[in-house]
Amino acid sequence: MKRAHRSALAALVAAGALLAAGCSSDSGGKAAQDRAEEGEVGQADTPRMTVALITHGAPGDTFWDTVREGAETAAHKSNAELIYSSDPSVSGQANLIQNAIDQDVDGIAVSLANPEGLSGAIAQAREAGIPVVGLNSGMDAWRDLDLLSFFGQDEIVSGRAFGERLDEIGAEHTVCVIHEQGNVGHEARCAGVAEAFDGETEVLYVEGADMPSVRSTIEAKLRQDDSIDYVVALGAPFALTAVDSVADAGSDAEIATFDLNTELVTSIEEGDIQFAVDQQPYLQGYLAIDCLWLYHTNGNFSGGGEQPVLTGPAFVDGENIDTIADFARNGTR
Amino acid sequence: MTTTTQRVRRVLARPETGALIGALAVYAFFFAVAPTFRQFDSLATVLYQSSTLGIMGLSVALLMIGGEFDLSAGVAVTTSSLTASMFAFQLTLNVWMGVLVALVLALAIGAFNGIMLVKTGLPSFLITLGTFLMLQGLNLAVTKAITGHVATDSIRDMDGFDQARDLFASSVSIGGTGIRITVLWWLGFALLATWVLLRTTYGNWIFAVGGHRDSARAVGVPVTFVKVSLFMLVGFTAWFVGMHQLFAFNTIQSGGGVGNELLYIAAAVIGGCLLTGGFGSIPGPVIGAFLFGMVSQGIVYANWDADWFMFFLGSVLLLATLLNLYVRKQATTRRLT
Repeated sequence: MKRAHRSALAALVAAGALLAAGCSSDSGGKAAQDRAEEGEVGQADTPRMTVALITHGAPGDTFWDTVREGAETAAHKSNAELIYSSDPSVSGQANLIQNAIDQDVDGIAVSLANPEGLSGAIAQAREAGIPVVGLNSGMDAWRDLDLLSFFGQDEIVSGRAFGERLDEIGAEHTVCVIHEQGNVGHEARCAGVAEAFDGETEVLYVEGADMPSVRSTIEAKLRQDDSIDYVVALGAPFALTAVDSVADAGSDAEIATFDLNTELVTSIEEGDIQFAVDQQPYLQGYLAIDCLWLYHTNGNFSGGGEQPVLTGPAFVDGENIDTIADFARNGTR
Repeated sequence: MTTTTQRVRRVLARPETGALIGALAVYAFFFAVAPTFRQFDSLATVLYQSSTLGIMGLSVALLMIGGEFDLSAGVAVTTSSLTASMFAFQLTLNVWMGVLVALVLALAIGAFNGIMLVKTGLPSFLITLGTFLMLQGLNLAVTKAITGHVATDSIRDMDGFDQARDLFASSVSIGGTGIRITVLWWLGFALLATWVLLRTTYGNWIFAVGGHRDSARAVGVPVTFVKVSLFMLVGFTAWFVGMHQLFAFNTIQSGGGVGNELLYIAAAVIGGCLLTGGFGSIPGPVIGAFLFGMVSQGIVYANWDADWFMFFLGSVLLLATLLNLYVRKQATTRRLT
C-alpha cells in the first residue's frame, strides 16, 4: 500500500515538473523583467551619508514608487543611505520630517503638497542645520520656505500644455477625472486644462481608493452625457480604468492622461490611450537626492534658490513611445 | 488566597493593564532596535503624534463605554477647522470668532448624531456613517464654493492667530526639548475624564447606559441626555483637534480626516474598551494612542522599509491586543477557581 502511494506521488511530481517545464512562457513574466533590468551602476567613494525622502504619496502608488526608484539609484551612486517614508496627511508628513530631524540626517528631500502646513517642520529642519530640497509639488512656495532647490513640474503649466494639445487634436468636450478630493495639484491640473482648452471642460470626482467605483462613476458620466469626446485622467491607473469605462458605456470618447506607468505604455502602443503628459517622477527623485549629495560634498545646488528645475511636461504618444517603452517596463519612467 | 495576590489580580483584570504591558514591550523593543528612538526628542515626537489621536480617543472611548460608535469623528475634525478658518477669513474677523463658530457647529454635529440615534433607535454605526459621508461631501463642496479652491486660505496674519496658536498649537520647552502643547492638553483631559468617569454620577450613568440601556432607564438614568451629551463630547474634542490642526498648519485641505475615525476607535479598543459597551477606562485609550504613536514613528526610526509600514503597524497592534486579552483572561479565570 505504502509503496504504491509513494510511486504514485513520484509519478505525479514528475508529471507536474514536465508540465511546468513544457508550459513555460517564452515571453513576458519575471524572466523578461530580469532580462530588461540594467547592470549595477557605479558608486562614489565619498563618505557615507544619510538622506531622507519624505513624500505625501499613498502607500502602493506607482508614481511614488518611481520617484523612490530614482532616489534609490541616486542614493546608491552617492554612497548614501536613503530613508524613504510617506504619509498623505499634512500632520503625518510633518511628523515624518520631525522624525528625520531626530535621526540627524544629512539632508531632506520633501514633496510639498501643502507647503503652508509643512512650514513649521521645515523651519525646524533648517534650524537644525539640515539642507532641504523640494520636489514634485509646491512650485510656488519652496523659495519662501528657504529650500535649496526644487525639482518638479508646474501643474498649471502642464495642465495648460495638456489643454493646448487637446485643441490641436480637435477635442470639444472633456471630463477631467479627479481621483483625490482636495488635492491641490489635481485641482491645478484640471484648472490648467480648462484654462487653455477652447472646448468645454467638466470636473468629475471619483473615489480613487476604490477602483470599481472609479470605473462605474466614469461610465455613468459618459452615459449621462454622450457629447464627451475626451476623458482626462490624472494618473495612469485611472486612465487604464477609464479605458474599461469607455468600453462599458459604449462611448467613442478617447482618453489621455497625466503621468505614466508600465501598463500605460502598452495602452499607448496599442492606441487605447492617446497620449500621456509625463512629469518624469524618476528624474524628480534622482535629482533631489543628487542635489543633496552635491551640496554635502561640494556645496553645489541648482537654481540659485530662485529658479526651480523643471522635470516636465514631457509628452509621450504613439510617435515617441518606442524610445520610452523599455525604460517604463523597468519601472523607471 | 492572600490579599496581595488578590490585589495583583484585580490590577491585571483592569481594562488598561494589558495595553500597558503591550506598550512597555513595544517601547523596549524599539528602544533596542532603533538608536534614535532612545532620545528624549524622539519621545516628544511620538507623544505629539499620540496626543491628537489620544484626545479624540478619550471621547470616543467614553462614547464606546456608553455603548455607541461615532464614524463621523474623523471628518468632523476637518469640518471644524475648515469652518473656523473660512468663517474668520471670508468675513475678515478676529480668528477667535471662527474658533467659536466652529465650536458651536462641532457640538451641533454631535447633538445631531445623538438625537438622531435616540429618536430613530437605529444603530449608531448607520447614523454616524451617514453623517460621515455627508460631512465629507460638505467639506469639499462648501470649501470649493466659498474659496474656489480645495484648501482654505492661510489665516496666519490675522488678528488673534498668535493667541490661538499659543493655546492650541504651541510648544513648551521642558529640559531643552520642545513638548507640543497638545500633549499637555491630552494628559489634562485624560485626568479630567478619569475623575468624571470614576467619581461622578454622570460617570456611573455612562457605564449604565452602555451595559444595559433598558435597565438603566428603569432605574432612572437619563439615557437620552447621556447619549446626546457623549456625542457632543466627541464633537468637542473634534473641535479641539481641528483647532490644533488649523493653528499648527495654517491652512486646511478639505479632503482630510477620512479614515482617522477608525484609528480613534482602535486606540480605545487597544486600551481595553469593549466594542459592545459598558466596559473600559480612560487610561486605556491614553495607552492605546501612545502605543499607536510609538509603533508608527518607531518603524521610521528603525528605518524599516516603508512598503512594510502598514503590515508592521497592523501586526504590532494585533500582538499588543492579544497580549492584552491574554493578561485579562489569566487574571479573570484564576479568580474563578
